[in-house]
Amino acid sequence: MIRPPASILWLPNAQWRPAEIAFWLTAVAALFALPGRLMLASQVLIAGLFALSLDLILGYAGIVSLGQAAMFGAGAYTAGLLARHGWGEPISGLLAGGAVAAAIAFATSFVAVRGRDLTRLLVTLGIGLLLYEAANRAASVTGGVDGLGDVHLRNVLGLFPFDLEGRTAYVYSLIVVFLVFCVARLIVRSPFGLSLRGIRDGAARMLAIGSPVRLRLIAIYTIAGGVAGIAGALLAQTTQFVGLEVLGFERSADCVIMVVLGGAGWLYGALIGAAVFVIARDVLSGINPVYWQFWLGLLLVVVVLFARGGVTLGLASLSRLLRAREK
Amino acid sequence: MSFARTIQIVALLSAASLAAQAAPVQETIKVGLVAEFSGPFARYGTQMHNGIKAYMKQHGDTVAGKKVEIIVRDTTGASPDIAKRLAQELITRDKVDFLAGFGLTPNALAVAPLATEAKKPMIVMNAASSIITTKSPYIARFSMTLPQVSEPIAVWSAKNGIRRVYTIVSDYAPGIDAESAFIKSFTASGGEVVGSVRVPLKNPDFAPFVQRAKDAKPEAVFIFVPAGEQGIAFVKAFSERGLREAGIKLIGPGDVVDDDVLEAMGDPTLGIVTTHHYSAAHDSPENKAFRRAYAEVTDGSSRPNFMAVAGYDGIAAIYQVAAKLGGKIDADRAMSLLKGLKLNSPRGPIQIDPETRDIVQTVYVRRVERQGGGLYNVEFDKFADVKDPGK
Amino acid sequence: MFATLAGVLFDGVAYGSLLFLISIGLSVTLGLMNFINLAHGAFAMLGGYVCTMAMARLGVPFLATLPLAFVAAAAVGAALEPLLYRRLYRASPLDQVLFSFGLTLMSVAAATYVWGSGQQAVRLPRFLLGQVQFLGLDLGVYRLFLIGVVAATMLGLLSLVTGTRFGAQIRACVDNAQASAGLGINVNRVFGVSFALGSGLAGLGGALAIDVLGLDPTFPLKYLVYFLLVVVVGGAGSLAGTLIASIVVGIFDVAGKYYVPAIGAFVIYGLMLVLLLLFPGGLRRSWR
Repeated sequence: MIRPPASILWLPNAQWRPAEIAFWLTAVAALFALPGRLMLASQVLIAGLFALSLDLILGYAGIVSLGQAAMFGAGAYTAGLLARHGWGEPISGLLAGGAVAAAIAFATSFVAVRGRDLTRLLVTLGIGLLLYEAANRAASVTGGVDGLGDVHLRNVLGLFPFDLEGRTAYVYSLIVVFLVFCVARLIVRSPFGLSLRGIRDGAARMLAIGSPVRLRLIAIYTIAGGVAGIAGALLAQTTQFVGLEVLGFERSADCVIMVVLGGAGWLYGALIGAAVFVIARDVLSGINPVYWQFWLGLLLVVVVLFARGGVTLGLASLSRLLRAREK
Repeated sequence: MSFARTIQIVALLSAASLAAQAAPVQETIKVGLVAEFSGPFARYGTQMHNGIKAYMKQHGDTVAGKKVEIIVRDTTGASPDIAKRLAQELITRDKVDFLAGFGLTPNALAVAPLATEAKKPMIVMNAASSIITTKSPYIARFSMTLPQVSEPIAVWSAKNGIRRVYTIVSDYAPGIDAESAFIKSFTASGGEVVGSVRVPLKNPDFAPFVQRAKDAKPEAVFIFVPAGEQGIAFVKAFSERGLREAGIKLIGPGDVVDDDVLEAMGDPTLGIVTTHHYSAAHDSPENKAFRRAYAEVTDGSSRPNFMAVAGYDGIAAIYQVAAKLGGKIDADRAMSLLKGLKLNSPRGPIQIDPETRDIVQTVYVRRVERQGGGLYNVEFDKFADVKDPGK
Repeated sequence: MFATLAGVLFDGVAYGSLLFLISIGLSVTLGLMNFINLAHGAFAMLGGYVCTMAMARLGVPFLATLPLAFVAAAAVGAALEPLLYRRLYRASPLDQVLFSFGLTLMSVAAATYVWGSGQQAVRLPRFLLGQVQFLGLDLGVYRLFLIGVVAATMLGLLSLVTGTRFGAQIRACVDNAQASAGLGINVNRVFGVSFALGSGLAGLGGALAIDVLGLDPTFPLKYLVYFLLVVVVGGAGSLAGTLIASIVVGIFDVAGKYYVPAIGAFVIYGLMLVLLLLFPGGLRRSWR
């Protein structure tokens, strides 16, 4: 039998495994099973998408970034400002947010992807802080510390208004996250995605075989930026508000933790890590914000020390058990 | 348990069991207190809550036959997104009748549209930017506005020989309100503003700003920063840089000499003149009773400040409204009752303006002096029935 | 005009000296053990709280709390290094970042729990308050004191590094830890003592910083960027580089806030990016 040529877009074994289908059905079921907690559920989805964007560069390409919130916030403010100044159509606002964030990611990718880990860490951190300060200073546009309110959105697809219970917001978020997830899934299973893993594991070797390392890194950094922007735009639209903290260091740091807890290098890991993080934070913070901080810190310390080879390998070995069925 | 109380409970229980077959009846009047209880503004929510507790200690925790339940939610600071989510949950999950609290303007602004959409009366107990009450027809404010308390100091300073002033305010809505109101009034009275600067709200570092003010050689520095820790940091920078020795006075709304931290700030505060609507040293029977009740519900170590008194008056208003409505809280009827409401507050007489739903009150001119072994803002002059000039 | 410029420079140098004192330990950790320790600010915070506790509870005068802060922070550092940090010297940068960030969160939470989230105040002794006139400038006495302490510390460190055998051992380990071990140097001991020394200096810096930078449980996170910036730009493991970077950052921060308050903190982050792009390897100079 003659095998069809492997195109850049599709590799064999890209069908959906039963576990994946179950995962997404659970997300749909939440709409009916948790009527009072849909706002929290939407937050989980948005955080998951944000973590996904970071996983694309951290888990698959090995770029450690402490400034992914810069793109997240850019998307949020774009969508928020559009809605505030009359353009209340949600889907176009969402795409605009993604586009602006991708543009910012592209512009900063040249400095963000070069250098070694510590430099990259600080550069991405610096870019995030710079954007935060810029938004703070441009208070007449962004609302500064007071936040951007009066974000009026029209009905999704002209039919579904954003309601107080958060139902529309949840379904909207779920569909967007699912669609973007499918695209990400395509990317990581393509030859392009495989080359990224090669770069993560040994950039010098990839250069030696003639792979355009820098271009690939810039490409994935831009794509990841766009995804983060979409997540930010979702947040702005579902909460009808944009606070300055969408650009903050805490958001970037939380994102790194989410990715790592779930297992970097695995798309579902980002989603699961985000879910666990957001839910645990809601529960523990409700009791006492100090508890949440302490136990999170302790968890990080313990996982790094005792998960052999560190967090990424420790949890990956767990996920490898599940992934083994996919291969 | 008194006989009347027993009958009340039995009646309520029977009514509840009957109604349980149909729609559930609210046995309690729920008030959602959304404020800061942790982080740099942790004292705000605490003071408001203590003020509420003081009132409930004096007047009991039931009104119109229903129990009043305060559901506390912590915004952790200037976090409008958290405030909005907490308010949304209070409305949809806890089904509160009133939203209350709001120590910071950004948090109040984020929640305002929810109050409108869900039709819940929103009692603002601290946030002080003029614009807040315009953001929803369901907002009534019991604290103050920055223009309301900043204009009087401009008038007083101009009358008392201060000609050149340098202004320093925090860079957010209330600070900008204070700055504009002061400059407008002061220049109209013939004064000169020799410089203005805005300090970031989060993590401010006052030293360079105070140095700038000193180098401009004004006669006084007008300061507004959120009450509490930032006030402490500012006064410290002010005295450290030798502005007092250079003969520069410190003026402003009373936030900088907040009763909550005044004692801790110590002697560098002596002589500072501010204008504000409440001083713990206010001499009236209502205030004495308030301070007694306050001491009973706290461990006696802290003093009530203007946030506590706003909490006290806010819950007093809620009690009045609930009593008049017989315990059935309808938002529109509640708002019509709140408009024009008059109270004999521990701070003095207050009224809610029927058109703007904002507070009308007396603003006092006070000086920091040592009284009865502690530092207090001693009132020596006043401006009666001040409305918010910002509207 | 020059008076204000001189005033700004003076403030900047004072601020920078403080940054140097706190950050030198981080520079050592990064240069010697190749470990990204985001929790370094927690040692400074510990020193600060030891100072306020000693003054408030035990009535110790301010100056006497300074050695206490040093010793306390050094002791904690000496305990944690072999217990926790040493296991992760070969770990990936991401793991080091996560670990130290976790430690930071724990320290912030613990500090909030024990001391509350408010700012701690310190009552400085009378002779450290106020200003002195010098050449037409008003110089803060406390800031003069700061510069003095840091200068003395710098001299002490220099003599340690260049004049003692232990200093030679440190320099050897910075250059090549493996070869040093081969020569019979007890590398683990060098690491441990250096870490403790660096932590102790951070604690001292933290105590001195209460009056200038303030002290509350979020201290390690608030100033993290400054410490990292100073170390990375100055060059990890370089005494002189860290000092120069600290002074530069201090001056730019103060000058930015003074001359262009509307932009303020922007200046420091912009400077950070510019310096990182120009000197990706740091202001390279080896440990003298």
